[in-house]
Amino acid sequence: MIEVRHLTKVYGNFVAVRDVSFNAERGSILGFLGPNGAGKTTTMRIITGFMPASAGTVVIDDLDIFENSLEARRRIGYLPENPPLYSDMRVDAYLRFVARLRGVPRSNIENALEHALHVCGLEDMAHRICGQLSKGYRQRVGLAQALIHDPPVLVLDEPTIGLDPRQIHEIRGLIKTMATGQRTVVLSTHILPEVSQICDKVVIINEGRVALEQKISDLPAGTSLEEVFLSAITKEHHELEGSREETLEEVGAGRA
Amino acid sequence: MRNSITIAGKELAGYFVQPVAYVVMTVFLLLGGFFFFSLLQRFSMLVQTYAAMQNPQVLQRINLNQIVIEPLLHNLSIVLVILVPAITMRSFAEEKRAGTYELLLTAPVRTGEIVAGKFIAASAFMLIMIALAGIFPLILVAFGNPEVAVMLSGYIGLAILSIAFISIGLFTSSLTQNQIIAAITCFGVLLMLYVISWPAQEGSSSVLSELLRYLSLPDHFSQMVTGIIDTKDIVYFLSLIFVALFLTQRSVESARWR
Repeated sequence: MIEVRHLTKVYGNFVAVRDVSFNAERGSILGFLGPNGAGKTTTMRIITGFMPASAGTVVIDDLDIFENSLEARRRIGYLPENPPLYSDMRVDAYLRFVARLRGVPRSNIENALEHALHVCGLEDMAHRICGQLSKGYRQRVGLAQALIHDPPVLVLDEPTIGLDPRQIHEIRGLIKTMATGQRTVVLSTHILPEVSQICDKVVIINEGRVALEQKISDLPAGTSLEEVFLSAITKEHHELEGSREETLEEVGAGRA
Repeated sequence: MRNSITIAGKELAGYFVQPVAYVVMTVFLLLGGFFFFSLLQRFSMLVQTYAAMQNPQVLQRINLNQIVIEPLLHNLSIVLVILVPAITMRSFAEEKRAGTYELLLTAPVRTGEIVAGKFIAASAFMLIMIALAGIFPLILVAFGNPEVAVMLSGYIGLAILSIAFISIGLFTSSLTQNQIIAAITCFGVLLMLYVISWPAQEGSSSVLSELLRYLSLPDHFSQMVTGIIDTKDIVYFLSLIFVALFLTQRSVESARWR
């Protein structure tokens, strides 16, 4: 369970995230959507305790990420935007290092390693050097390090970026299997079909604010997620800029 | 503690995977060998000259410790001023650049443990390198009769000096994500510690002169090289290490400040 409460992040004069609140329930996948620069990565970095919020807080399974940071961080598996690999380490050595760092008991490390390699389809890559892997495999190793300690909360920042269609399909299937049981998964993306395919809930963020928070099953029948997304972020535009008229096409072109 | 050792193990393995470690060791030992050879040659020339001049008083005062080991250790300490930044510059700067900093800071590990891990690894590397330079006094012991205790004191001095350098290097690396900036800043600070007493006038006992002389690194180091292990000098190096590591921890921790 992740509760994001009134999160605000200010960089100098720039407000990256403004009063963002949403919940992600146990056993569900939350899709975090937004145009580039909307504040997705900032929010995820705050959720995982990498950077502090200027105001507001995040609660992971009743543990505050600021007050109880160490305990809260123990529960999180995090795949940052760029997989955090040490380019001169072998895949298995790297995953062992991460497992130890995340507090997997010594006797359990080999099992955890084998499981993570298996789940992410990395068995044949265990002895390769991280720096020599292709983008798709780097992403998989990133995913493997996020779930090696079997965390109850998984935060994935654009997990399918840079992958080919087959890999995207595989990774999506993988993520779907991860939300079984008590695990909470939050993933950010700007690929809309991804959300409708694998997520239970969608949060759309635009210019640092939550534009929409809704269960996928509650979306109005007959409207595609694309329409919902565009109307959510244009409504925001209208609210922010008052009289300025902007058609859907213009926003679409701006995104492209 | 377990986390520190995990990080230290990864760092130390990293030094040896990277050619940097071997290059640094090779340069250090080659230069050391060259200094050792030329100092020994000078020693033998002095002995021959004064023996030919039938000057036993001077001859008695010429010894291996003063003519060979002392200048050797001073030279090696200056080589370290250049080599230590090359070793420590990666420690934090590279993690920030490669994005692995996110992994470290979101893992359930205290910042102090991260700093300790990197400190232990770099110090261990340094101690290995200095231990290898122990070949020079061993050669002297095998073929001459130097004072072993004095040489040992000098090497302990070199070890503690190198660990102090490491701490300063970790601090400058924690400030930036650019390795070159980290290295040059570290080099600047270390060199400054060498020359800081220059404005202190000879024989002056003004507070400022006393302070500059106290801060001056070679003053403390040369005491140990001559075989005097004084608590004053040990305290100087330990406080240098402590202050630098404390600042490093604050600098890493500052990423979490609101």
